[in-house]
Order: sequence, then structure tokens, then C-alpha cells
Amino acid sequence: MASVKMTVNGREASAEVEDRTLLVTFLRENLRLTGTHVGCDTTQCGACVVHMDGRSVKSCTVLAAQASGSNITTIEGLANGDVLHPMQEAFRDNHGLQCGFCTPGMIMAAVDLVRRIPHPDEKTIRENLEGNLCRCTGYQNIVKSIAAGAEAMGGQARAAE
Amino acid sequence: MYQTTYHRPSSLAEVEKLLSDDAALLAGGMTLLPTMKQRLASPSDLIDIGRLKELQGISEEGGKVAIGAGTKHFETATSDLVKRRIPALAKLAGMIGDPHVRHMGTMGGSVANADPAADYPSAVLALNATVVTNRGSHQGEDFFQGMFTTALQPGEIITRFLYPVPQRAAYQKFRNPASRYAMVGVFVADFGGGNVRVAVTGAAPSVFRQKEMEAKLKANFSPDAVAGVKQSADGLNSDIHGSAEYRAHLVTVMAKRAVAEILGVQA
Repeated sequence: MASVKMTVNGREASAEVEDRTLLVTFLRENLRLTGTHVGCDTTQCGACVVHMDGRSVKSCTVLAAQASGSNITTIEGLANGDVLHPMQEAFRDNHGLQCGFCTPGMIMAAVDLVRRIPHPDEKTIRENLEGNLCRCTGYQNIVKSIAAGAEAMGGQARAAE
Repeated sequence: MYQTTYHRPSSLAEVEKLLSDDAALLAGGMTLLPTMKQRLASPSDLIDIGRLKELQGISEEGGKVAIGAGTKHFETATSDLVKRRIPALAKLAGMIGDPHVRHMGTMGGSVANADPAADYPSAVLALNATVVTNRGSHQGEDFFQGMFTTALQPGEIITRFLYPVPQRAAYQKFRNPASRYAMVGVFVADFGGGNVRVAVTGAAPSVFRQKEMEAKLKANFSPDAVAGVKQSADGLNSDIHGSAEYRAHLVTVMAKRAVAEILGVQA
């Protein structure tokens, strides 16, 4: 068993877990943060994207033990109380989702993108969605949402999480 | 995934003590963990070297670019030093996988794994980088020995890479649209004085040099010079994504594009 300890959405979380436990399993089953989804479980679809020490990662392909000591932000940690994060608001305003399954990963990927590249053009947005799949194929509005979200974030460069 | 025991040593010396025949090194885990999930690998122990300080860092050393084995693709892709000295290498790193994979995957992990379709091996071979390990070093030229096979001995760990700086270079790949792995990738490096090296990844079980193209480029550095070189399909990879003949054709196309990119002209 592995002792893991990390900060998740600003709170300390610790547990004894099997060494093979995936970060996404730890988040969903130990912490009950079920906003992070498991889509493909093969590092392809991006439904499980969270931020680890300020960078987007696929939490189905990181061990909880590997993430121990890190600062994790999940989709649940983006909003400020009842006030949605500008990227979440942009997805709502632009109908950036159909079934919604890929949405948490899309939004986490989008926030990471804007921190790396504050004013992404459409091509940059599409390139940066290479690791996120929408099986409803609703990419058009997702791209629109991210462009609007980036504007709303005011070109926020990388900030501490 | 089968049960395993996770370790996070704090020094290379500690890593060496933990290594055994059944243990595996975990750098970024972008290949190892999916392989374990599929139960194609079942190491008894995972030794996490992803955070080892000894394996980090990008610097200039005696005119070469030194990159720690634990350096993430994202760091290589965005490093000012790499972008200035070997822009083709930075661009290659930015073409691996997707942004989230690039935040975890490492150069050492990719090169040690020697996947036939990985991108970095083409740079290591074309630039004849020195692969430095805990036991000594290997030249890029002698490092790759076959499919998933390298010159590394059991217990040998890559610590960093020393890349000679070419006068000009480019990497072009035809990606598998689903995995972003190279169907065929061609790295062309010109060191001046007729020293032109062309390395091909994705096409065969292991990265290889296309010496006929090198000779043509030495005489005439232009896309036309390689356009007439026909890569033999013998021994090339053939799978659901493409036949050996298809890959052979792509070798010429990608080489042409790489040379054109270097010259800033249309292929």
C-alpha cells in the first residue's frame, strides 16, 4: 500500500491506497470528486484531464502515488463558490457541450491552453484539443467556447493554483 | 493493471539499489502505464524517476545542447535554448502526442523505450547525440538496435543527452491521425562541409539512416535531390495503418518536405 498525500482543490487529502491506484480512481472513489471522468482509460480521450502542479495531465495515466505531494485542481475546483470560472461560463453561453461527458476534460484542457497561450487563434485551439475527444463531435461549439473563454479570462497567463 | 510496488527514490544511487530484473523505471509513464493496464507489462516494482533532480535541466555544454533524461516534452518544446540552437528538436518535441501527454512524457523514457514509431530516436540518430548513462555513454549511431531494443544493458539508466548543433535541420512526420505516432518521420540535419544526415523513424522496426539520400543531399541540397530516391519497402513495417510500400513512399515525401522546410521553399 502507498501513503498518498496531495492538495486537491485547495484542500489536503491523504489516504492509504494500492500502489497501482490511478489518480483518477483516487479522485473519484476516495474523494468522491466525480466531475473528472473516465472515458477511454487508454490516454486518448482526455475526459480525465486535471491540473497537476499547474499543468494539464491525463489522470487515468498517472498513479495516485506519483501525484503524491502535488497540487491538483479538478473541474470542481475551478468555480469560485457559486460563480463559475469564465471558461465554464463560456461553455454554457456558447452551447459548448452536447452530452457533456467530455466537458470537464475539455474545460480543464482549455484553461491550461489559455495559461500557456493567452490569445489562441482557432487553429491553435484545434491543435491543442488533440488530446480531447468529443464523441458527439460537437467540436465547432467547443472551439467557439474556448475562444470566448480565453477572451473572458483576459489573457490570464499562468497563475498559481 | 497487476499489483505492483511503487518507489520514489531521491537519488540515482538509490535508484540503482532498487533496480532488479522485475522492476521497471517510471519516468513520465505515458507508455509504461498504458502497457501495464493492458497487462502487457507487469513489473513487480515501479521506480519513479520522474522527479529526480539529477535528470532535469537543459543547458549548453561545450557547444552542445545538454538535455536531462527526465526533461518533459513540453520543456524541450518550449525551451528558449533548444528553440535557438536546434529549433527542429524543439518542434519535434511539440509534435509528440498531445499537450497533456507532453506535460508528462520524457525524452529519456521515449529513447530508452525505442518504439519504432517514436519521434525522438530520429533526432538522436540524425544528430548523433551522445546518450549519457550512469555507466558511461553511447553514440546515437550505435544506440538503436532493433524494435524496442537499444544498447542499454540491464541496470543502465539514461541520465542525459548531448546534442551536437547542426547548421540547419528539420523534422517532418506523417502522423497517424489517431495516435499522433509517426507513420513515417524524417529528420534531416546538415552540419556543413558535406556532413548531411537523414534519419527515418516509423517506417521500419527501428530508426535508420537513409544513406542514399544523404549522398544526394551532399551533392545538391534540394528537395529535388531526394525526390528521385526510392526507399525500398523490404523490411519496412506493414500493419492496419499502412503497407510497407505506402511507408516506403512516405519516406521520400517526408524527406522532400524536411529539405524544403530547411530551405524555406515549397516541397
